[in-house]
Formats: sequence, structure tokens, C-alpha cells
Amino acid sequence: MGRSFSTSSVGLRRREALLLGGAALLSARFAAAAQPSAKPAGQVIVGLSQEPTVFNPLMPAIEVDQGVWWSLFNPLWGVDPQGNFTPQLAREVPSIENGGVSKDGLVWKLRLREGVTWHDGTPFTAEDVKFTLDLINTPGFRAGSRQGHNLLRDVTVTGPHEITWRMERAYSPYVSLLAWVFIVPKHLLGTADDPNTAPFNNAPVGTGPFRWSERVPGDHITLVANERYFGEGPRLERVVFKYIPDLTALYTQFRTGQIDHASIDGILANFYDEAKSLKGRVISVNPSIGLESIAPNHGFPILGEKAVRQALYAGMNKQAIIDVIYYGLPKPAESFLPPEAWAFDAGLPAHRHDPVQANEILDKAGWLRGSRGIRERDGKPLEFALSTTSGNPLREQVQQLLMQDWQQIGVSMTINNKPAAVMWGDFWVKSQFQAALVGSTFMTGNDPDCSYRFNSAAIPAKGGSGSNTYQYVNPEVDRLLQQGQTSFDKAERKAIYQKVQQAVRDDLAILPIYRPSPVEGFKEGLMGYQPNVNVRSNCWNIETWYWAKA
Amino acid sequence: MIGLLLRRGLQALGLLLLVSMIGFAILHLAPGGPLSQFAAGGDMTPADLARIEHQLGLDRALPIQYAEWLRLMLTGDWGRSYRDHQPVLAIIGSHLGATVELMLTSLILAVLLGCWIGVVSAVRRHSWFDTIATVGSMVALSIPTFWFGFIVIYIFSVTLEWLPAGNRYTIGDGSFADHLHHLIAPALVLALVSTASWSRYMRSSMLDVINQDYIRTARSKGLPESRILYRHIVRNALLPMITIAGLQLPTLLGGALVTETVFTWPGMGRLFLDSIGYRDYPTVMGVLMFTATLVLLGSLLADIFYGVADPRIRLN
Repeated sequence: MGRSFSTSSVGLRRREALLLGGAALLSARFAAAAQPSAKPAGQVIVGLSQEPTVFNPLMPAIEVDQGVWWSLFNPLWGVDPQGNFTPQLAREVPSIENGGVSKDGLVWKLRLREGVTWHDGTPFTAEDVKFTLDLINTPGFRAGSRQGHNLLRDVTVTGPHEITWRMERAYSPYVSLLAWVFIVPKHLLGTADDPNTAPFNNAPVGTGPFRWSERVPGDHITLVANERYFGEGPRLERVVFKYIPDLTALYTQFRTGQIDHASIDGILANFYDEAKSLKGRVISVNPSIGLESIAPNHGFPILGEKAVRQALYAGMNKQAIIDVIYYGLPKPAESFLPPEAWAFDAGLPAHRHDPVQANEILDKAGWLRGSRGIRERDGKPLEFALSTTSGNPLREQVQQLLMQDWQQIGVSMTINNKPAAVMWGDFWVKSQFQAALVGSTFMTGNDPDCSYRFNSAAIPAKGGSGSNTYQYVNPEVDRLLQQGQTSFDKAERKAIYQKVQQAVRDDLAILPIYRPSPVEGFKEGLMGYQPNVNVRSNCWNIETWYWAKA
Repeated sequence: MIGLLLRRGLQALGLLLLVSMIGFAILHLAPGGPLSQFAAGGDMTPADLARIEHQLGLDRALPIQYAEWLRLMLTGDWGRSYRDHQPVLAIIGSHLGATVELMLTSLILAVLLGCWIGVVSAVRRHSWFDTIATVGSMVALSIPTFWFGFIVIYIFSVTLEWLPAGNRYTIGDGSFADHLHHLIAPALVLALVSTASWSRYMRSSMLDVINQDYIRTARSKGLPESRILYRHIVRNALLPMITIAGLQLPTLLGGALVTETVFTWPGMGRLFLDSIGYRDYPTVMGVLMFTATLVLLGSLLADIFYGVADPRIRLN
């Protein structure tokens, strides 16, 4: 079959390469030998297992959509793999030091980049930024998330490239949230009758490194280089996002070379060993922001008892779960924050599988072995149900391992799985479960703020607004989280969130198991790929990708 | 004839209404909703999710939602997809081409091949050809399509590298030869099962005719065997095939769920599957109504053509 673009001309010496979280290393080695050409050249076909369909970057979307947005649009500032903010449409990232944020954190002032144009040639101004922020809070508009934005007051344009606003209260995580807000053009969306169904939503115009070219629904999206891009790149002439609905088919097309990059869900763990040995392909095991954990319901008396949670944690064989069910790929975790986060506390006590200790803890707490080998206290058995989404075979296997582990320490765990809609409906939100096996994220953007998960004011079952469905209550954590949101001092905040991590780990508010390691792959010779845990798609820097010349 | 059309048309409308009610109820009562995928992500708060649910009108009672959908449908508004916010009819239109291309090719292959096998098997009943065809058909009918698809991909794409491992064309190429190259594998896989069933139908239909008195009469008149075969047996044996062809029409445009997924073919079948996965209610309902209309249309056409082809059948 004829591949008509330059991807097939990559004839580098074939080799096997395995990278653990650092594709950049290999890129650097190649980069010394091959510099990108001055003019955009070649094309990359990105394979996705879900179809990108949302092109208005303010509307509800999934990871694959966000991957396309990074090519078409710019946020005010982006965020690199180390968690540093990099100015894009703003000239600098506002802080108290540079005067962008007032000392009390309430007034924000931004200076924007000049000379930027939309893909249709219209100049970008502060009006576009005001329009974007206002649109998010417009009642009839189906904005994705208003978290943080609902604190905005009096967004005012003070000059063609200057804008200012007030916040209802100091909220430092807003810098991180804005790194995921892509600015949309006022001259196209502002004139539409209904921004929910505007033509723009299917023919997006941005300021980003690539322009919209075509979409074949159910198949692919083609973007072409924006040669007037204000930033670095683009170095590719064309980027194609190809939808391949089946992960086995996605892997096959990666193997046969029909796609250049297997993105997001990429390569299933069961193909990993084979993928490593493919010639001319680079496999990257990436870090992830998510955490697979057991969420105990602290409102359920048995699991509200700290000794029981400690015993369950000590009695859990984490490594067996990782090795037996997930091919050894995920990393065991102690903190709700990923090691890549700037506030990550590496000093948390490490989990040890120790059934002897678990038994001692329970003995001491008065839970004594009954007739069936199940512990009892005051005539009540030590028993609870663990729930998760039914129909997820891997999680169901994890449940079976846990059941065996805990049987050894005299705890009876039953399985009570439910279909997704039931599981994540009132059962979860109103804390009707006893314990849940769940994968979740705990950050606000890439900010360590986790108030919506661990603040006692965020318990929906008690009328709070948030996702603290564990019903975890710790007044000290509440105080720290409050302090963390109002402080703009990174060192101070780091200390605060380390204390939060210590408290959450000590209380075992959740029982952390592992951090998933998504596997992606790309063709040898594709330069610039850099996994970034702080964004939702590793196509975040696609404007710097290029093909090494043979 | 007009009376028949009117009567059948009214019946069809009643059936469509019933299909839409059942479809709507099952779809909305099935677990999950268009927002569940966002709930899993964790970026959106429960308040955000509740707000969007309200904006989409999904917090209203089911009968009210159905009445609203039906009212718009009757005015020709099929609604907009929850995914890309495009009109449902436009989305169906954009997937129809791929499906017609694939299904028509495989149907032609299946009819030609299946009828030929059926005719030869019937004429040479109990011969080695008939035995092989019978066993082969049973095997072909029993093979799961997705498995066969993967085997074809493994042999011809991964190992031999003769055929692409899916897709409708190479992005950036799209020439006729390129289209054809991509069409071979999915069309053959899809044709396999229908060839088997067509050959079985054709064989039994042939056998029915072969034993008729007028065939014996033709033979006793001394007509050449080839003339008997083509003028008398095959022509009469093809009649029941019209019904089967009519029933094939909806699958022709409705797409093949499995084959389109395995071969990354952007057709109706996959649109339906994707829309269900996302709980994109307007699109699922649109595809459902579109296919249901085709089913009714297909059987009506079959009845009409049957009458045209066979004067013994009176349409009343």
C-alpha cells in the first residue's frame, strides 16, 4: 500500500527500545544527529481508541478531545512535565511577586501577548479572553466545568492586551485551572445565536500551531500547520487524529505501521511484552495522575474504625495485585499525589504486606476470631462489601485477591458490584456503599489542592458540595486545605500539602493501591514526544514533533 | 395496489411508533447516561454534572422527554448528537457512504457466489462438491465474524503484509485502487457468512423446483438440459430469493457492527455502537428509526416485486 507522506521514508537503523517514563532521553540522542527542517514537513497519524468529537474547548469532553485542543488552541499558559507554567497567550504567569496577583489574592491582572492572530487572520485581543471567561459562566452555555470560574467577578478589559478580574475569595489553584482553559475567538462564537450549536464547534478556529482542515466523522481529523504560529514550531506539515474503535485493532495498526503513535489508552498491558520486541517502534511506559484505591465509607461503622483500616492495609498483598493482574506495570502508591507533583511527599511510610501485624492490630482492637474464623466483636462479624463497576474483569480479579488476603486475617469481604450508572449514581455520591474499588484523581488541574475530596465540607451525603464520598472528617486536614487555597507561596503550600498527605496516609482515609502506568508507543524516528503527567494528552506539545531524517 | 400500499403504510407507521417507544424506553432505562463518562474522569464536579443534565433536559420525566422527541421528529427535526452537536440526519448521511460501499460489495459477492454454489450443489446433489459446500457453509455460519476478521488481519496484514489492517483508505491517498485495496478484507469477511446462507437457500429452493411436474414435462419434451436448467429451474428457484433480498436491504444500510469495528470501517454499524456506548440518545434513536424504516420498506418492496415477478401471486 502506498503511504504518500514522508513517514515511510524514515529508514533508521532498526532497534528495540524500551523506555520507562523518559522518551525524551531517546529523543535527545536522536536530536543530536537530526535537526528538524525549517519548513513544516511530514505528517503524523495519531491513533486514538475513542473518537474526538468536541472541538469547542469549553464544553464537556474527554482526553482524546483535549489532545486535539492542544494543537488548535492556546491557553493563557501551559504546563510542562515538571509542572512549570509556560506563558502562551499571556506574557507572563501572574504571581504576587510580579504583581499579577494582589497580596490578598483577590485581584488578578494579566498582560497578553501581542501580534497573535486567529487562524482566520483576525487579531487576538483581551476581548477574546474576557469573552472566554464570561462564556464559561453564561447560564445557558453547556460549559464543561465551572470549578474555580464561579469565583470570577468583574472581568474587565483595561487595554487591547490587558485584562483584570476580581476573585470572590483567594483561590490559588486557579492558576492551574487556567492552564487547561483554551481561549476561544469572540468574533466567531460571540456572534452565534447559540454557542452550544455554533458552526464554530465543528470548524474550530484557534491561535494554535495547527489549523483545522477536515473531519471525516467516525474516522479521522486532519489538521495542517499554521505557518503564522507565534510560538515554537509547528515542524510537521500535517497531523491526523485517527479513530480506531478497538484496542486490539489499534495495536495491530500500530504494529503494521498504519499509525505513527498509539496514544492515550495506546497499548494494552497484555500486548506490552510483544510490543517491546517490535522492530522500529518505541514503547513508553508513562506516569499517570490517577490512583487506584479502596475507598472506605467512614460513615459505615466498621470501616470508620482506624484500626480496621490499618489491618486491611497491612493485610493487602499489593505486589500480587500489580504482578498477577497488571503484568507488573503499575507502581505501588502511598500518596494520593503522583510522584511528579511538586508537592509530593516521598517520605510517607511504605506499605508492607504483613498479615501477622494485621492480626495483632485486630486482636488489640477487640475483634476476636469467631466460630467460622471470621472475627467478631459484641456479636457483630467483621464483614463488609466491596463494590466496583460490574463488567470490569480486571477489577473483579483484584476483588478476588483481596477477598483471599483478608480472609487470612479473619475479615469477611463480600463483592457487591453494580453497573456504572448505578455504581456512580446515588450509591456512590450519597455514600451508600461500604467500600469501593475505584480509580480517581485528586488534583485540581495540576495543583495539589484536594479540598473537594478530603474537606469535610465536601461530603454530598451531609449536604456538602464536592466529592468527599468517603465521608472523611479530620478538622486538621480541613484547616490545612483552607490555608492551602488562600496561600500563593509555593514553599508554604508545599509544606501544607505534605502535611495533608501525611494526615491522609496516617488516617488511611483511602487505602492506596497503585498508580496505573499507561503504555503508549510511537515509530522510531519520531522526535519530540514527551509524556506529561500534568495534562490529559501526551499530544500536548505536538508542535515540536518532527521526523528525524535517515 | 394503492389500497395495499395504504394499508401497509398505516401498519408501518403503527409499527414505527411502537419501535420508537420501546427503543426510547430501553435506551433511557439502560444503566449509564451521556454524562457518566465525565463523572468517571473526575475533572467535573457533581454540581457541573447536574447542571449539564438539566441543560440537556435529561432531568425531566421520561414520558415528557419522549413526547418532546416525538413532537420534534414529526416536524422533521431528528435532534442533535450529544457528542459533536451535529444534526442527527447529517451524521447518518456522513456514515452511509462507507456502509453502502462495504455492504453492496459483500452482498454482490455473496449473491453471485452463493447462488452459484447453491445451483451446482442442487444439480449435483450428493456429489463431492455438494458435500464440501454443505460442510463449508456450516463452518462459515458457525465462525464468529470478529474472530474470522482478526484471523484475516493476522494472516494477510500482519504476517504476509498484503492487505491493510483496516481503514477505508490511506489518509492522504484515497485513490480508487487504494479504496479497493482496503475493501478486499472486510468485504470478504462479511460476504463469508451471507454466501453460506445464500447457497443454502438457493440449494433448497432449486431442489423444490427440480422435483416439480413441469420440469419432468420439459425433460419429456426433449428440451436440452441447459435450457431446462436456466429457463425453468433457476428462474423459478430465484423467486423466493427476492424475499431474502428484501430482508437484506436493512442490513445493507444498517451496517455490520462487528466487521466495521474490527476493520475500523467508519460506517453505520459503528456509528450505532459508538452512540450506544456514549449514550448519545438522539443519534441512537435516529439510527434506530432509520433502520426500522428500512426493514419495513424492505419487506414491502419484496412483496411488491414478488407480485411483479410471479403473476400467480396476487396482491390483495
